[in-house]
Amino acid sequence: MEISDLRAGIEDKQILKGIDLSIYPGEIHAIMGRNGSGKTTAANIIMGHPDFEVESGRVMLSGEDLLELETWERAREGVFLSFQYPQAVPGLQVGNFLRKSVASIRGEEAAKGADFRNELNEAMDTLNIPRSFLSRYVNDGFSGGEKKRFEILQLLLLKPRLAILDETDSGLDIDGIKTVAAGVNAAVRGTESAALIITHYSRILEHVKPDKVHVLIDGRIVISGGPELATELEDNGYDWIEERAEAESVA
Amino acid sequence: MPANQEAMDVVGDYKSGWHDPENSTIRFDFGLSEKVVREISALKDEPEWMTDIRVKAYRHFVERPMPTWGNTPMLGEIDFDNICYFLRSGEGTEDDWDDVPEDIRNTFDKLGIPEAEQKWLSGVTAQYESEAVYHSIREDLEEQGVIFLDMDSGLREHPEIVRDWFCSVVPLTDNKFAALNTAVWSGGSFIYVPKGVHVEMPVQAYFRINAKNMGQFERTLIIADEGSSIHYVEGCTAPTYSTDSLHSAVVELIALPGAHIRYSTVQNWSANVYNLVTKRGIAHENSKIEWVDGNIGSKLTMKYPSVILKGEGSHAEVISVAYSGEGQHQDAGAKIHHLASNTTSKILSKSISKNGGRGSYRGLVKVSPKAENCKLNVVCDALILDEGSRSDTYPTMEVANPTARCEHEASVSKVSDNQLFYLMSRGHSEEEALAMIVNGFFEPFTRELPMEYAVELNQLMALEMEGSIG
Repeated sequence: MEISDLRAGIEDKQILKGIDLSIYPGEIHAIMGRNGSGKTTAANIIMGHPDFEVESGRVMLSGEDLLELETWERAREGVFLSFQYPQAVPGLQVGNFLRKSVASIRGEEAAKGADFRNELNEAMDTLNIPRSFLSRYVNDGFSGGEKKRFEILQLLLLKPRLAILDETDSGLDIDGIKTVAAGVNAAVRGTESAALIITHYSRILEHVKPDKVHVLIDGRIVISGGPELATELEDNGYDWIEERAEAESVA
Repeated sequence: MPANQEAMDVVGDYKSGWHDPENSTIRFDFGLSEKVVREISALKDEPEWMTDIRVKAYRHFVERPMPTWGNTPMLGEIDFDNICYFLRSGEGTEDDWDDVPEDIRNTFDKLGIPEAEQKWLSGVTAQYESEAVYHSIREDLEEQGVIFLDMDSGLREHPEIVRDWFCSVVPLTDNKFAALNTAVWSGGSFIYVPKGVHVEMPVQAYFRINAKNMGQFERTLIIADEGSSIHYVEGCTAPTYSTDSLHSAVVELIALPGAHIRYSTVQNWSANVYNLVTKRGIAHENSKIEWVDGNIGSKLTMKYPSVILKGEGSHAEVISVAYSGEGQHQDAGAKIHHLASNTTSKILSKSISKNGGRGSYRGLVKVSPKAENCKLNVVCDALILDEGSRSDTYPTMEVANPTARCEHEASVSKVSDNQLFYLMSRGHSEEEALAMIVNGFFEPFTRELPMEYAVELNQLMALEMEGSIG
């Protein structure tokens, strides 16, 4: 995926002020930043949330500009978003929903028969999700941890080319983080898929070793580096980067 | 009177909105009078006591003012003088589809009735305008003494049973429209299930109005004797015309000790039909009455299936869904009266409104002073799909015994952009996403319906939802 000069916002307020980012198949990138830095906005814009308006820029996935497509078309092109706040749909059974989603993204054949069931069972085992989960209603009455694991279950079954995880680790205990990390690793490592992990904390990154870490401040990526950047942020906070960014903009 | 010639082609998405040319064998002039009432009775060669009931009911109808609640402006538009109160289309009630007049048979073919009959029904009655044109029941049930007839035949063949129970649940003075039905009733079903007999597969009645400005007044009476059970399913459709028709039915259920009656309706009248129906059951000791009620069509529906819990340990359930689209008002709900101790009731009401439609829940649950340890549970949920649509709730509980345990929940929700976005991010188009939300909302209802009906209902809903996103 290649993002170039993406500027976007909500109503009259510009939130993303020119983002450039390239992710290649098999890579895991992390975007870190404080609240309000534009992380979630970036995720929503790549997926096509109707509240946001794109002023300029492109988001290319395998030669196609995602910004030209409807949300469901983006999903069918292989973009997946693990939501920070997954929505409940009372009355819609998890099992039924998973089958329909797999059918619409990977095709009818992928959602049929024993192969699908095996795949489903395996993914649920990876995430320690009991079988009874399938007859519950989508995110209805789920605990925070269940919602996050359900997002990762969808990630494993939908097999996207690009998975974006919007603060999937927030609010989880260490076991929850490990489970989510195992899911992400299973979905990306050794495949042609890529992932973009949006997070406040470096903890999940200890379990999913990112190839690159980007720091987002006030709608711009101000620094990019290897996994060591995440450790540095954990130790020293964001202030030093902000100071550096300001110094650069003055210069 | 030329009828049905200049039918409007405003059918739109409503898939049952076609009409056949009218080939009536008997058609009454528009309008209602005591003479019309007596003529209907004479035509059917009824016993005198029935004629007397009709005439009394007619007089009550004339005296009784229109309801002062519900959608009074819409009610005020009903033109009782511009309705045909009796129309006979066939030569009689046949028990072989091949003997039913071809155009009528084609209509029921299109509606899928003979096909459903073969697959999953114990018996079928098909009513076209005022009378049944087809009727059948599985032989094994007949051998066990189950009576399943259209109401006219029921009165002819079992006058003593009808006389005992007719108007025993819904008296002719109950309300204006029950009085009207009692005066001019024609068709409907008559069912008697003997002691201990369980009718495993549902029996179905299908009601079709074809003519313009038609009034259909079927009357149904179901008696389930001790320890028996039956599931009755009814469906209804009509052509789309620019002028209004009136459907005003009365249904009386009697569940004797230990019996179980389930009565399911999928009402899909075209949007020019007034649907003003009185449905009530009396539940004796340890019996169970369930109303499963789906209202999708009609212009104005006012219908509150009710149960009188007369016997100790009896149980009532009313599960209803309503869909209100443009120009429609579904004023539906439930009424339950706990007269005896240890009785339980459950009401679940779900309504959706869109394109300016209006859905109302109107419910009354009453517990008598002498009824100890009753349990009541009322849940009503509304889902509003767009800005101009409306939902109202009028729940009433009158509990005169302190030992009663009452639970009441109500919710009104709107489909949110975030919900749609979440589903669309999983590869579902906006319409598919909306259908998922709507079907999910109705799931507690469709779960209670026979499979085939659940499928039909979901299809109808999907059809109604088409193009609903601007």
